[in-house]
Amino acid sequence: MSEPIKTDVVIIGAGPIGLFAVFELGLLDMKAHLIDILDKIGGQCAELYPEKPIYDIPGVPFTSAQGLVDSLLEQIKPFGAQYHLNEMVESVERIGDPLFRVRTDQGTEFESKIVVIAAGGGSFQPKRPPIPGIEPYEGKSVFYAVRKMESFRGKRVLIVGGGDSALDWTLNLAPLASHLTLLHRRSEFRAAPDSVNKMMALVGDGKIDFVLGQVAALKGNDGQISEAIVKTNDGSTFDIACDVMLPFFGLTMKLGPVAKWGFELKNNELIPVNTENFETSVPGIFAVGDINWYPGKLKLILSGFHEVALMAQKAYRYCYPDKRLVFQYTTSSTSLQKKLGVSPPPPPQPVKV
Amino acid sequence: MVKITYIDNEGTARTVEGEVGATVMETAIKHGVPGIEAECGGACACSTCHVYIEEEWREKVGEPSPMEEDMLDFAFEVKPSSRLSCQIKVRQDLDGLTVRTPERQA
Ligand SMILES: Cc1cc2nc3c(=O)[nH]c(=O)nc-3n(C[C@H](O)[C@H](O)[C@H](O)COP(=O)(O)OP(=O)(O)OC[C@H]3O[C@@H](n4cnc5c(N)ncnc54)[C@H](O)[C@@H]3O)c2cc1C
Ligand code: FES
Repeated sequence: MSEPIKTDVVIIGAGPIGLFAVFELGLLDMKAHLIDILDKIGGQCAELYPEKPIYDIPGVPFTSAQGLVDSLLEQIKPFGAQYHLNEMVESVERIGDPLFRVRTDQGTEFESKIVVIAAGGGSFQPKRPPIPGIEPYEGKSVFYAVRKMESFRGKRVLIVGGGDSALDWTLNLAPLASHLTLLHRRSEFRAAPDSVNKMMALVGDGKIDFVLGQVAALKGNDGQISEAIVKTNDGSTFDIACDVMLPFFGLTMKLGPVAKWGFELKNNELIPVNTENFETSVPGIFAVGDINWYPGKLKLILSGFHEVALMAQKAYRYCYPDKRLVFQYTTSSTSLQKKLGVSPPPPPQPVKV
Repeated sequence: MVKITYIDNEGTARTVEGEVGATVMETAIKHGVPGIEAECGGACACSTCHVYIEEEWREKVGEPSPMEEDMLDFAFEVKPSSRLSCQIKVRQDLDGLTVRTPERQA
């Protein structure tokens, strides 16, 4: 095992609140690593509604959710946070006073003075289609993600869905599979037009099948699928023989590993904090944004922004116990401006008459 | 006020009064009608407000937009009568509208 990454702060979750935490921590000289299970930065904003409008960010009458993420990334650039995407934090262990060891499912280890949980509604995980009796097949012959393409070589593959994941894997696995069927409920796709065209070309060449319908049930033995029973739009059914099925129905948020970190959760899903500094019951672990709870909590981006500002003040005491913290404005403090890499325009010169 | 009836998967019907301009999803949530989750709060981003429009109402209610069709891909047991209830505004001429909620939302 390689050496753990040593840092001031580990931020779990790269949603809008985790991102703004980088800013508030950065102004107070604390360096952060962000970890997110998604393959992209921005949490719910980037995954669930990138193109939708947001109207309640103070001072920003209108932006798109992705636009907000892009602006935040620009705003926090001076602080050089490091991102670890496609990694899920599995454990947070207290090893000092305070000092924490944070581990991900990819084996990355961090040693940090404080931990900021900005895990939103939890980690994004693939949606499981409600096909009766699907559970025994999961992980054996039904997969929600492709880890090793080689394991599909020579197999009869059934891919279900009409988005980018479904289309991308159709194109990638077509040359490996002995036979590949793409099943979707309609002939329009959400996926990139280029992928759709490529897929259609494969269908035209007789290399793969494209079938309209929805999976109603599975047949098989001991977790090994043999057929998917498919319902068409007119209500008739037919079977598709296959060795593996890959359903792509998008992502949903599940609390995930956060539930195992020893907090007494509110309503089984939220981490209680105090509103003075958004620290949890464990000194040195903070929870901000949608994941936390306190009386009056609102799951709004603007509330999370406020929370990280107060959090950073307390975090500073752990990272720099001997230093005094002086309250400063970015408008007027030259030291903050130096950290931000900006120089304000010179004051206007008196005009001679 | 406009009357809207929601019939759940077990056949229980609940009729509530909707306000013109609100959505069929909001009307259900406001009156505690079960069977509609609406995780995203009506942003057409979750598909957990899926309903089936009763045959005689389909023409009046209309067809889903392309964006709604995209979201319907994430719903289950989608039928030709499927709509996302957060994308249907209550109108005076929808008085008496009847929708069915599916066995499950995601
Ligand atoms: C459709 C929609 C519209 C909305 N509109 C508005 C609006 O207009 N105004 C507003 O203020 N708010 C709005 N919201 C709410 C807003 O998006 C959330 O309040 C905000 O995203 C919360 O940010 P966050 O950083 O706390 O969490 P999230 O954005 O949920 O990000 C948390 C991240 O943590 C990651 N994560 C969780 N657990 C782990 C783990 N164990 N390991 C690694 N990563 C993990 C997740 O993958 C996720 O990316 C809307 C939400 C939705 C869904
Ligand atoms: S409430 Fe989420 S799509 Fe309708």
